[in-house]
Amino acid sequence: MERNIALIALFAALVAALGLVPKLTLGFGVPITAQTLGIMLCGTVLGARRGALAVLLLLALVALGLPLLAGGRGGLGVFAGPTVGFLVGWPVAAFVTGLIVERWRSAPLALVAGVASIIGGVVVLYAFGAVGMAVILGKTIPQSALLVTAFIPGDIAKAVLAGLVTAALAKSRPSSVLSRL
Amino acid sequence: MISLTSPVEIWAHRLPAWLKLAALSLATVCLFAIESPAVLALAVAAVAGLFLTGGRVFLAEGFRNLRILWTFLVLIAVWHGVTGQIEAGMAIALRLLAAVALANFVTMTTRLGDMIDVVSFLLTPLRRLGLSTRALELAIALVIRFTPSIARKGALLTQSWRARSPRRPGWQIVMPMAALAIDDAEHVAEALRARGGLE
Repeated sequence: MERNIALIALFAALVAALGLVPKLTLGFGVPITAQTLGIMLCGTVLGARRGALAVLLLLALVALGLPLLAGGRGGLGVFAGPTVGFLVGWPVAAFVTGLIVERWRSAPLALVAGVASIIGGVVVLYAFGAVGMAVILGKTIPQSALLVTAFIPGDIAKAVLAGLVTAALAKSRPSSVLSRL
Repeated sequence: MISLTSPVEIWAHRLPAWLKLAALSLATVCLFAIESPAVLALAVAAVAGLFLTGGRVFLAEGFRNLRILWTFLVLIAVWHGVTGQIEAGMAIALRLLAAVALANFVTMTTRLGDMIDVVSFLLTPLRRLGLSTRALELAIALVIRFTPSIARKGALLTQSWRARSPRRPGWQIVMPMAALAIDDAEHVAEALRARGGLE
């Protein structure tokens, strides 16, 4: 019980901290915010239920008025803005990612976690993001899907990284990768 | 940890938090029901008026908090300029501006403690049912306590990377950051258990 709460809270803090760290750059010089990577890690490391709870906890604190989103954003305004769909999709993305890692045990963890992150953190998340944008900006869903496609390659790269980081964590902290216990 | 509450105290800081949140919910529902650009322009003017009552510093802070929106407003302007649906574009842009600015207004004028009191009140039915909300309260405190600490460790990892490599730090920082977060979590869990746990 205590351990679950501590891990959930610390992963929420990790996602927030990943948004505070000065921008990381991918190999070819594209700056990324690592926050989506954090969401994927919540799922791949903590598993479906705990991962989703960690993300929900973070969103609750953002709604309370803490600047925990990348670039120091936060407050109730972000839930009225065009990117609300992505925020709503975050816990679902972590849940789906975690569920896949928990169930699919026959392949190497790096591969499983990478694929799970693409399905949860890109496919599922962008579905929510596109719907949210369609509602707020008054566009059809294909139109708003078009608006967000520019960010998909970066997030696929993050999903691959999430797979590698998860595998490295499973080696260095095996008892803490709850999704595979 | 710094919250987004404005350091400039205005009249709205003294209103009860539940009242502001209820008014915000109602206003947002109304904004999304309105279609006419003229009425929405009035709504934007009313929200701007709210910010104006806070004085110049408060207003400037309000503008800064809207910076993320400009990209989208430009996008809407270009889109509807090209397709010629000017009226619909105006309505969408004005509604977005009013809704986000009003929500920011509530955040800027409500202290974190007051917000937490509202959440704790909303959770009363759960406590009546015999469910403990201590876990949630503890988790909130832990996130507030550890976010700056993990961010600092991330900054240290970045610095030590710079000391060792001419290349810029990249995603390699994420794995040790996650490992340090896990270590912190295990220590916190042990400390909680040693003090009698949550039961």
